[in-house]
Amino acid sequence: MTDILAITDHRRGELRDVSYEIITAGRELANETGGDLHLAAISGAVDDFAENLNREGVDAIHTVSHGEEFNHDVYTQAVTQLYDDLAPQYVLIPNSVNGLDYAPAVANQLDLPIVTDTIGLETDGDTLIATREMYGGKVETTNELEGESVVTIRSAEWPVAEGTGDAAIEAADVEIDESAIGSTVTGFEEVAGGDVDISEAEVLVSVGRGIEEEDNIPIIEELAEALDATVSSSRPIVDNGWLPKNRQVGQSGKVVTPDVYIAIGISGAVQHVAGMKGSDTIVAINTDPNAPIMDIADYAIHDDLFDVVPALTEEFGG
Amino acid sequence: MKILVTVKEVATVEDEFEIKDTEIADQYLGADLNEWDDYAVEEAVQLQEAGIADEVVTVTIGPEDSEQTIRQALAKGADRAVRIWDDSLEDVDLLDVNAKTEILSAVVDAEDPDLVLTGVQAGDDSFGATGVSLAEEIGAQWGAVVNHLEHDLDDVASVRRELEGGVEELTDIELPAVLTIQTGINEPRYASLRGIRQAQRKELDVQSLGDLGLDESATESQLTLTDMYEPESESDVTVWDGSADETAGELGELLRDKGVAP
Ligand SMILES: Cc1cc2nc3c(=O)[nH]c(=O)nc-3n(C[C@H](O)[C@H](O)[C@H](O)COP(=O)(O)OP(=O)(O)OC[C@H]3O[C@@H](n4cnc5c(N)ncnc54)[C@H](O)[C@@H]3O)c2cc1C
Repeated sequence: MTDILAITDHRRGELRDVSYEIITAGRELANETGGDLHLAAISGAVDDFAENLNREGVDAIHTVSHGEEFNHDVYTQAVTQLYDDLAPQYVLIPNSVNGLDYAPAVANQLDLPIVTDTIGLETDGDTLIATREMYGGKVETTNELEGESVVTIRSAEWPVAEGTGDAAIEAADVEIDESAIGSTVTGFEEVAGGDVDISEAEVLVSVGRGIEEEDNIPIIEELAEALDATVSSSRPIVDNGWLPKNRQVGQSGKVVTPDVYIAIGISGAVQHVAGMKGSDTIVAINTDPNAPIMDIADYAIHDDLFDVVPALTEEFGG
Repeated sequence: MKILVTVKEVATVEDEFEIKDTEIADQYLGADLNEWDDYAVEEAVQLQEAGIADEVVTVTIGPEDSEQTIRQALAKGADRAVRIWDDSLEDVDLLDVNAKTEILSAVVDAEDPDLVLTGVQAGDDSFGATGVSLAEEIGAQWGAVVNHLEHDLDDVASVRRELEGGVEELTDIELPAVLTIQTGINEPRYASLRGIRQAQRKELDVQSLGDLGLDESATESQLTLTDMYEPESESDVTVWDGSADETAGELGELLRDKGVAP
């Protein structure tokens, strides 16, 4: 058992980037095990998906045509049946919101260990060495798993697969038991609309939990005004209702690409970084010199924001 | 309706810390109620206040030290707590998803709740997988990353699942179910003084693996933590030192150089 089975992710008719990244991760593992890389495309326009997924290094693509959008019961059934059929060593699944809605069920049903949100993978064919973070990115760990396992991979950690492959594309011999489907997706909704579009801003003054209290938000707004910049934030600020949802930067918020992103009292959790790492210049103001935001910052001030922010506002005549 | 809420005491890490073998050295660690579980507790208590839940029970896998954190959840309104501990758990480096699933499913068997709420993830090991794994184990339905729950629960939970990029999925889930709760679903309350006093008198039942009909094998992780280290910084960050006026001056200059500030 040395093959790899990688499951792809799509939403509203489009494959998500991680689907091409998981090909790269899967191919690397398959090279180490000497096995084949199988992909699965489940629900939606699977034939079109298969065509797009047929990139270099893919040996086979299994399509499961059932419903339009993600449903975790369909995915769980499809993946466990594919596993029984193909007997792969590793099942790779995106560590997306949907991935986390079925990967643990697949692992439990197959009685396999699961390791989630991996950022590095290596195997000698028997033992998998998975690298992942703990404590919000403050440390990295290596973890060993023997034998077969289910692994979810973090997005944007592996490059997207390129080139054209010559994979065998076939409809999988999978039967979905409708009576076992216990949840129904009834719709989708875009949130975070509104007057301000932070994704258009050239300079973002972005505030995180370091601000401590709602009453302190005005010092950030005063700075933004003095700089003629826009205020954005990390998630806890929005969760607390201190700023509206349309200001949230990150995985579940907006992706922003300003010329300058000033992260004030923001630790730089992966879900936040997902939304702002494309900024041209990143400046971090944080008392913690080891905060993960420092890994992607270009400039940093390791100091108290309550001292630095007013000084900067004053500098610009605020 | 009875609601079971998983409550974890997570380790918090100081700004400066040292690693000893595969752990952060004790003196740099603090403890807190897992952020995501706090929202799960609040949601359960709100369901009780709305007359939908009759009882809210918390379950924690943790040593005696975690009782302070458990009392926090009781002070916020949970009715009683179950804590699972055992000598065999004492030396476990990392309890993996399968082990947690096995232990928690034994608690579900004993308590027979209609709804289980867990946090989306734990702030320390952040597997983000236990809730869904548990659901599969106990044969319940589930929903991951739930940021809204309609409170007219009957046989079905109508939820919103928060996807990436500001999109939410609306889903109906048959009960019994396990929902993993995302921050933002509500505003967790602070425990009142009265709540804190009352919490002292609430039942906190300690059970061993044996009490749950499990043996030591339940704690065996299939995943072994082999190394822990501080990640290598990928960027060569320029650090500005000095007083706040000086560092603000440096930043001001950068913004002027880039032509993005007046
Ligand atoms: C499924 C999922 C989706 C998510 N989506 C998002 C998302 O879209 N966007 C997002 O931001 N998060 C998201 N999160 C949450 C994310 O994991 C973090 O919890 C969040 O980003 C932390 O926000 P923060 O950095 O403001 O707070 P913290 O992590 O608490 O960091 C606060 C920082 O402020 C610093 N600080 C404290 N006091 C001061 C001071 N006086 N001066 C200077 N610095 C100070 C501290 O050193 C610390 O680094 C998501 C999580 C999950 C599970």
